[in-house]
Amino acid sequence: MNGSDGGPTLEVAGVTKHFDGVQALDGVSLQLRAGRVHALVGENGAGKSTLVKIMTGVHRPDDGEVRSRGAPVDFGAPRDAQAAGISTIYQELNLVGTMSVARNLFLGREPLTRARLIDPTAMNREARVVLSRYGVDVDVRRPLAGFSTGVQQMVAVARAVSTEAQVVIMDEPTSSLEPREVDRLAEVIELLRADGVAVLYVTHKLDEVFRLCQDVTVLRDGRRVFGSQVADTDRLGLVATMLGRRVEDVRAHGVTSFGDADTPAPADHDRDLVPVLRADDLSRRGVLDGVSVAVHRGEVVGLAGLLGSGRTETARAMFGADPLDGGTVAVDGEPQGRRWSPGRAIARGVGLVSEDRKAEGIVPDLSVRDNIVLAALPRLARAGFVSRSRCDAVVDTFVRRLRIKISGPDQRVRELSGGNQQKVLLARMLCLSPRVLLLDEPTRGIDVGAKAEIQALIDELAGNGLGVVLISSELEELVEGATRVFVLRDGAVVGSLAGDAISEHRIMTTIAAAAREDGEDGDGAAPPAVADPEVAG
Amino acid sequence: MTEPMTGTAAPRDNTAPAGDPPGRLPGASRENAVLRQVRDHGVYVAIGVLLLFNLLFTPNFATVGNLRLQLVQVVPVAIVALGMALVVATEGIDLSVGSVMAITAAIIPLYLGYGPWVAVGVGIAAGVVVGAFNGTMVAVFGIQPIIATLGVLVAGRALALVLADGRLVEIFDPSLQSLGNGTLGGVPVTVLIVAALAAVVGVAVRWSIFGRRLVAVGGNRTAARLAGLPVRRTLLVVYVASGALAALAGVVNTARLGASDPSFVGLLIELSAITAVVVGGTPLSGGRIRVVGTLLGALLMQLIAATVIQHDLPDSVARMIQAAIIVVAVYVQRDRGGA
Repeated sequence: MNGSDGGPTLEVAGVTKHFDGVQALDGVSLQLRAGRVHALVGENGAGKSTLVKIMTGVHRPDDGEVRSRGAPVDFGAPRDAQAAGISTIYQELNLVGTMSVARNLFLGREPLTRARLIDPTAMNREARVVLSRYGVDVDVRRPLAGFSTGVQQMVAVARAVSTEAQVVIMDEPTSSLEPREVDRLAEVIELLRADGVAVLYVTHKLDEVFRLCQDVTVLRDGRRVFGSQVADTDRLGLVATMLGRRVEDVRAHGVTSFGDADTPAPADHDRDLVPVLRADDLSRRGVLDGVSVAVHRGEVVGLAGLLGSGRTETARAMFGADPLDGGTVAVDGEPQGRRWSPGRAIARGVGLVSEDRKAEGIVPDLSVRDNIVLAALPRLARAGFVSRSRCDAVVDTFVRRLRIKISGPDQRVRELSGGNQQKVLLARMLCLSPRVLLLDEPTRGIDVGAKAEIQALIDELAGNGLGVVLISSELEELVEGATRVFVLRDGAVVGSLAGDAISEHRIMTTIAAAAREDGEDGDGAAPPAVADPEVAG
Repeated sequence: MTEPMTGTAAPRDNTAPAGDPPGRLPGASRENAVLRQVRDHGVYVAIGVLLLFNLLFTPNFATVGNLRLQLVQVVPVAIVALGMALVVATEGIDLSVGSVMAITAAIIPLYLGYGPWVAVGVGIAAGVVVGAFNGTMVAVFGIQPIIATLGVLVAGRALALVLADGRLVEIFDPSLQSLGNGTLGGVPVTVLIVAALAAVVGVAVRWSIFGRRLVAVGGNRTAARLAGLPVRRTLLVVYVASGALAALAGVVNTARLGASDPSFVGLLIELSAITAVVVGGTPLSGGRIRVVGTLLGALLMQLIAATVIQHDLPDSVARMIQAAIIVVAVYVQRDRGGA
């Protein structure tokens, strides 16, 4: 609070940015002040990255301006921003793994001898001094890649800070850090504040906002929807803003306004049956921390939580897409071994529709037909050769059933709209006649009509006995669609809700609930269960 | 040539914003349509233009003897390019093909005592082994194809020279000679072999499970994995096929020359094969394969060289024209990012 007397060190004012007709930022303003840490939060696609890129000279704003110490600046390239004292630590480390720690630390500004050659002795000595300030004690001559991600992250921080930075931008700096290293980072940030550096801290972890930051700005759909001092902000309000809700609305609508009419309550006898897909104690270092989830026939199980809470990772682990450190996945009560893989999952009737349609879903240059039948090829073939007529029959069925708008089955998938691409991916899984579907953000980024159709389809499929795991950032989708909701935070299930107990308010309070012993040990905290499904259901 | 080759190792551009792609502008889509036409049918047009030019201006071009010569000369590149097209369609590359030809050529005289077909069989088996090695490096150990096969490119020819004691060996075997220089109904046997191979590869690519998986793995490997496809096995088979086809090219070459020449057989053929594949409409970024286009791509390069020579121009002119065509082919195939 004492650093806010002068003007802002760096400021963006009314910045607007379009990409190919998509509005990424719409009149966003934000001020970074010396000695203060400013949190920038928002869900996927809110515009955080674009804003960071404008502040660091990667993009130019279409409208509005960037001001450094009150004077308008025009960063044509990242080095202009660096020259203005703006240093960035990207989420994906921009370091050279094969070079030594010291070389990385001084890359591009190495200490030189009189002959204008790099002076390795001086460089290594200075590197040790700089790193010791961050509590890193390693052999600085060894290649960076040989050290843990935490050490690499610290080198990135040290590198950014040692460039005489006035402003340090950290893009999700803790995503690859251990709890102990997060504590160290917190100390480093305190040092920066003491030095009068202005910090922009991009994150989606609420605990860090309240622990490390003094100011907070929330972006949603490219707009600044909230800005305040952290001291004046409450957790529930922040969660609500990030998810596009007003706390008053949620409170007014009460706890039980949803979940009665649309969704059939889970049939009681299903409770006694073996879940069709069950995950027990899934663990993966730094990502999942003992997650257990079960799906029964005809049940829609929602996974709620903010970005990075472990929702996607849970679904991918249940599908065998990522390696695990511990935990088991069981189909029909039968535990699957360590060789659980997407191929095996599909063979056992488990399907996944990924959240990243373009990178992990469609094969863009293949036809609609080839994309739909991709996973079902062996079933549609005789003696290794694909039967065109069987494929066409399957494609025809699903194009009609899902109302996929195409000019013909030979149309390339990249030419379709997002909603139709999503339907193609659903068809790819549905034509396998699965018994469980894991749907990760199935309605994100698609038009309203397609969205409603997909929601109705999920209801219908569950009514026919399919088990569904539904991941969604849109709370009303979980409230109206799911028969049971698990709430995740920091890779662990922190609560579960069932039946009438599922409400937007309850989901948000569960997300917002602070870990009991904030920052003390970080692993033993008992999750504050909001409602026990056995009681509530 | 290094430019398009390194392109295969570059990651796919996935930097598009998270939302839906906006509708394409009409002007841009018209431009795309033109580029797509050039990409998909350019090689046909180029061959047609070149044939027409030669018919009008090159004396003695339209003789049976000359046409047959052109076809026979393109056979080794065509066979190698068929395998290369499979590899490139998976977003890979196989630089080891020339060395595989050398190994096969070195092996044939060693086993000729057991009969010509045993020698051929062992030679092709060697190609399968090398292909399996390449495939394992790429599919199991995740080594970049260009690096994995570059190692074999270097080590393979060294191995061939060791096997052959570094010498050229003349081969007098009637069976091999009839394979290399014989004709069937007036058509050279080697040309018939290429036609048969192209038919097999074409059918496999279009209608087999393997062929459909191949293009999916090349088009979006992550999506293919999440659709439960056996990505590793598919890659392995592709490199084995490329190795086997390269070995067959080595057999054909040795049979036609009547000599095993491990120092020079297949030297730099990987570059000709990659050129044929790319000019034929298979992009280096994978996800698509053109079998007939690949053959025509090989033929186009052959015809350019022949045309230039028959007009008494220096060979360097042919290379410059070929280079220009490669640049055009890569340009029309460049990944325009986004959707």
